[in-house]
Amino acid sequence: MTDIVASTPPAQDRAARRMRRPRWMGHAGLIIGLAILLTCLLMALFAPLVAPHDPYAQDLLSRFAPPVWHEGGSWNHVLGADHLGRDYLSRLLYGAQISLIIGIGTAIVSGIIGTTIGIAAGYFGGKVDSIAMFFITARLAMPVILIALAVVALFGSSLTVVMLTLGLLLWDRFALVTRASTIQLRSQEFVTAAQIQGASTLQIVRHEILPNLLNNLLIVATLEMAQAIVLEAALSFLGLGVPAPLPSWGLMISEGKASILFEPWLITIPGIALFLLVLGTNLLGDGLRDITTPQGRN
Amino acid sequence: MLNYALRRIFMACLLALFVSFLTYALIFTAGDPAAAIAGSASTAADAENIRQIYGFDDPLIVQYLRWVGNVLQGDLGNSLYFRQPVSEIILSRFAVTAQVGIFALIFAMLIAVPLGVAAGRWPNSLIDRGALFIAVVGQAVPSFWFALLLIIVFSITFPILPSSGLGTWRHYVLPVLVLGYFSMPAIMRLTRSGMISALETDYIRTARAMGLSERRVLFDYALRNAALPLISLSSAQFGFMLAGSVVVESVFAIPGAGRLAWESIGRADLPTVQALVLCFSLFYVLLTLLADMLNAALDPRMRMK
Repeated sequence: MTDIVASTPPAQDRAARRMRRPRWMGHAGLIIGLAILLTCLLMALFAPLVAPHDPYAQDLLSRFAPPVWHEGGSWNHVLGADHLGRDYLSRLLYGAQISLIIGIGTAIVSGIIGTTIGIAAGYFGGKVDSIAMFFITARLAMPVILIALAVVALFGSSLTVVMLTLGLLLWDRFALVTRASTIQLRSQEFVTAAQIQGASTLQIVRHEILPNLLNNLLIVATLEMAQAIVLEAALSFLGLGVPAPLPSWGLMISEGKASILFEPWLITIPGIALFLLVLGTNLLGDGLRDITTPQGRN
Repeated sequence: MLNYALRRIFMACLLALFVSFLTYALIFTAGDPAAAIAGSASTAADAENIRQIYGFDDPLIVQYLRWVGNVLQGDLGNSLYFRQPVSEIILSRFAVTAQVGIFALIFAMLIAVPLGVAAGRWPNSLIDRGALFIAVVGQAVPSFWFALLLIIVFSITFPILPSSGLGTWRHYVLPVLVLGYFSMPAIMRLTRSGMISALETDYIRTARAMGLSERRVLFDYALRNAALPLISLSSAQFGFMLAGSVVVESVFAIPGAGRLAWESIGRADLPTVQALVLCFSLFYVLLTLLADMLNAALDPRMRMK
């Protein structure tokens, strides 16, 4: 008897505590993703303060200095130095800036394009929808990497060109998602109410549709951000992304390729950074989707 | 069915025309083809001459229509680098790319479909979590880096596989691995969700009630229905894979269309680049058209859309 009485309160307590806890706290992926992304953000923001060396300073005496855990490594160059003797840790820290600028910038550009097309298609339906769907299919038929390579080669490589090119190419998912949600929202009572009150289309879109799309937009934005980061790295790796002295992680891997036989860490270190950032961004996106949709990932 | 097919084919043609116009406009207005043809040692007058000979001064739409007319006759122009018709160069290159792509797709399906079936049969089990983990990690690994890691491990540390070129079957292992893993997560996720919804249906309950073995229920009944959307997905994935071959082919030095595209871009060989972009897009349009036809043939409901 006493046993039962004694054992019930903690169980109830635990259940109650679980109920009270915000939903995002129970999602491991979301927390890990958020942590990785925040770390990268801090790395990028405080790179000038934390970086032990100038990321562009060449020091021929420390060419190919190995990382500290290798034989002959020193704490002066914690992650070693590249073929020009530039400190690898400093370049890695500054590289986070490039990846994040590309990722966020591309997500904004493609988000604006895709959301406009998606809302127009979903809200007006009919011919507008057919045309929008045609654009989306056309966009999917275009080989992204190839076109991005060609555009960067023709317009000259710079951070802005890469960002705008990727932004102009990656809006399809934004359009598809906003279109689908807008079709659902269009027939909701609050939209009809606004229409009856004589609100203009722009007002309805701004006050009734957009606020309800924000959740989905955020999820797609994180996924597109991850894709843009990988694509920038791939373009830079192929020599047609951001221009040379910039410490883009893709460019670092490309430069390390020549030393693949004896200094493989020149490839593995920036690759791990890239992998972690993309993983974190994807985890955050998946996590946001899990906790904001009732069915979760099923 | 015929009606549906004709409508889809018409849309595909329209799509091909639109996409080719976009890429044509992009590549030929952004670059200066006359200067590219004239070469770096030319004067402004040379470029001007070439501009007139080739008609680069004409309005874009006129140039484009002329180009389309030539393409329809099988003339994709001449490569500025090889000094021979582009169509002769790219055909063999595309064969290589398609070959590697097909192996990669088969490899991806062989791994991803069984994993997806298992994950969908036992949702939230250990195997489901494991498969999801693989998918999440797989999506985050950049393909060019993965390729280099494989070279480091299998060609340098343990030299058992060659790192470049194509010759024996060993040359195919690493490129197929890299290209294939890329499309695995999507195939696995779709198989999983398809299985979950198929297993909830009445016909599965009936099949189970009739005492059919679990294997027959899973593979003959559930997977068959779950596999329908896989046709569209794998054809799209195949298209993306071919377009993504630029990266893989340049790492492994495979003489395919992707590598040719990359080299041609570096050489400012605009006719070749334009032809390759066109072929990659056409291939995608054709693939999705085929997938739609196959779907419509297998599933009458699709024809109504």
